[in-house]
Amino acid sequence: MLPEIGNLALAFALGMAVIQFIVPLVGLANNQWRLVLLAKPAAIAQFSFTTLSFVCLALSFYWNDFSVAYVANHSNRELPVIYRLGATWGGHEGSLLLWVFLLAAWTFAVTSLSKSLPAMTRSTVLAVLGGVSVGFLSFILFTSNPFDRLLPIYPLEGSDLNPLLQDPGMVFHPPLLYMGYVGFSVAFAFAIAALIEGRVDSLWARWVRPWTQAAWMFLTLGIAAGSWWAYYELGWGGWWFWDPVENASFMPWLIGTALLHSLAATEKRGVFKAWTTLLAISAFSFSLLGTFLVRSGVLTSVHAFANDPVRGTYILIFLLVIVGSSLALFAARGSKVSVTGWFNFLSREFLFLINNLILAVVTITVLLGTLYPIITELMSIEDMSVGEPYFDTVFTILMTPLIFLIGIGPIINWRSHKMSDLIKRTRWAFAASIILAFLQAFMAQDRSLVDQFQIFIGIFLVFWVIILNFSDWWKRSYRGKSLTGLFRRVSLSSMAMYTAHIGLAIVTIGVVLSSNLSIEKNVRFGVGDSHDVAGYEFRFDKMSEVSGPNYDALRGYFTVSQNGNDIAVLHPEKRQYRASGQQMTEAGIDSTLTRDLYVALGDQLPHSDDWAVRVYVKPYIYCLWLGSILMALGGLLAMMDKRYRKKNRIIKEDADE
Amino acid sequence: MMKPHRKRRLTFILFIVLGLGATTALVLFSLSSNINLFYQPLDIAQGKAPTNVLIRVGGLVVPGSVQRSDEDLNSRFQLTDNAECVWVSFNGILPDLFREGQGIVSLGKLQENGEFVASEVLAKHDENYMSKEVADAVKNAEAEAKARDKKEDLCSPK
Repeated sequence: MLPEIGNLALAFALGMAVIQFIVPLVGLANNQWRLVLLAKPAAIAQFSFTTLSFVCLALSFYWNDFSVAYVANHSNRELPVIYRLGATWGGHEGSLLLWVFLLAAWTFAVTSLSKSLPAMTRSTVLAVLGGVSVGFLSFILFTSNPFDRLLPIYPLEGSDLNPLLQDPGMVFHPPLLYMGYVGFSVAFAFAIAALIEGRVDSLWARWVRPWTQAAWMFLTLGIAAGSWWAYYELGWGGWWFWDPVENASFMPWLIGTALLHSLAATEKRGVFKAWTTLLAISAFSFSLLGTFLVRSGVLTSVHAFANDPVRGTYILIFLLVIVGSSLALFAARGSKVSVTGWFNFLSREFLFLINNLILAVVTITVLLGTLYPIITELMSIEDMSVGEPYFDTVFTILMTPLIFLIGIGPIINWRSHKMSDLIKRTRWAFAASIILAFLQAFMAQDRSLVDQFQIFIGIFLVFWVIILNFSDWWKRSYRGKSLTGLFRRVSLSSMAMYTAHIGLAIVTIGVVLSSNLSIEKNVRFGVGDSHDVAGYEFRFDKMSEVSGPNYDALRGYFTVSQNGNDIAVLHPEKRQYRASGQQMTEAGIDSTLTRDLYVALGDQLPHSDDWAVRVYVKPYIYCLWLGSILMALGGLLAMMDKRYRKKNRIIKEDADE
Repeated sequence: MMKPHRKRRLTFILFIVLGLGATTALVLFSLSSNINLFYQPLDIAQGKAPTNVLIRVGGLVVPGSVQRSDEDLNSRFQLTDNAECVWVSFNGILPDLFREGQGIVSLGKLQENGEFVASEVLAKHDENYMSKEVADAVKNAEAEAKARDKKEDLCSPK
């Protein structure tokens, strides 16, 4: 019964989405306001039906209804309840339902938080979002229905969720990531509405900014959670592989970051209008491209599970229709969005321009590396892959000037700034950063010259950004001569900017030091043996058998000591899942701010009690997640700024931004 | 004399062109040095694969061919596409799903003596799933394998 309700609700949701999409646009064309105003109730109804459908699927998992094919393929009676919830989006059909559910949730948020919007703009935005919903709902109903039944003969036991996905990370990572992906649809819809109305101005930018910041915040958290999950779950200690699926989430993030900045310039100074709308269209197009790459099975990567040409073709056509029609609209109407204002070479506008150019170019290079193997394969030239060093080299070189500019971004005025003043204000920070970077590189004397050089550049940038952002924050807030002034005297927007920039600097610490100073050893380890890795003594105490709710495991006990003192006990596991018989490696990790100790079991070597063990010491890797959380916090602070909640009237520009 | 705003625009365009040019050069250079072509054992037997260049080789692990050292983490095994075989040596930890008969892809360099020294060995995280490359390799070599029809002594130990 429940699956039928879910299925029916999905069909009703599609009906509502069609109304939400078509009726307001027809009304707009014929000046019939009753029709235009139908957008809001239709959107609310669509959200309710989609939610009902999603709840039905989650309950089918909860009640182990294996007559539903999707449940039978992705769950099992022994699977803990929390992972059954995660399994709801653990496969192709369910993850698409999550996609469309979150899209409906964003749409609903637009209906309830946009009271200050003119009714016409709001209806157009909802209509565009409705159009996207129509595409995805029909995709689910016609090619990937999660409610398909296995009747009359259905299995008594499900075939289990992929063990890789049986992890708390699976419960949080996809919803966060999808919130980000899907969230860019709101900025996209606003851009389309603006192009239709032929109006892009400060007020428009002020409407779009909090939506973009919210989506960006979720995407930042989603990517960080995914990276953390890969780090401890895949068992080889890496946190970023330039895997096509990772790139698929990273490209919308890069474009989204560019959009955040160009929106700021559009709001404050009325520049880059056409470019901003183009970025809003691109950010969502990259989200769709990501969905296509992941969901069509064109990739051969760990993440790509689905493989069905009908699905791939459908998403590709949908992608082309959306991107094609919005670019055509942009080509036709983009020129109406005229540019006002001027700026000098040394001005905040110009820095934003450089920021946007670099981010766009980085996105294109990532796109190239991701699609190149697929294209050569399609044209059957050669079977090849693009190695990680390509991405590492290009990304690092392009990001270096960008991070340098983050240091001076907050200092520089709009319109123009005097070079002599800039030098005066940055010289001490420059000298201090150089000295600190030199010290850090000097401490890594045992490393190669290339590593030392990279550490030098990286640490210089880190201190440069942190010192300049923090001192600017301090300077602007210290008028009250009290520490609380740091938080009271600066607008939330500015505080958000400093937080996000400092967060990025902290991520950079993690990237630079963990890639250049990590010690990774693969060791043959016997019980009772000790090995010294980077000054830490790892001792293999014993091996014991343990049982989890749905797996049996061998658990290793490793004691780590430094200078004779025990500092950590690590418990890596080798698990065998009962339902599927699959093996999984669970790493044992001890984290502090300055280093992670990481042990993962390989396999037991034949004819002996010895184990192949990965023993890693990774300095400062914790900074990756810490910095990401700070960046996301920046996004949160930014959208909480008071001025987005003021009613529809012209607000005096803040002088300090 | 050029007007100031014209001059500014021109400088800006020059700046962009230079930047994009440098980036293109960088991308092309690093792309050309980081493309890892895929070869199958048949290609190697026919001398199509270059030596001492980072390439990827995929195939099925030949049953009974896996040799592991008693002292360290060195291992040797053969990969086959059912037509030809290649010896792979690897110093490191084999993936969870590495086992005889399983399709794997390894990244490394082919030596002059025909042995492949792997720096990475990858197996897909799914019991039933064979990587597309390995499946294609076996299919490509099907005709060749039939023509020879001498499976027994195909992968002689070395």
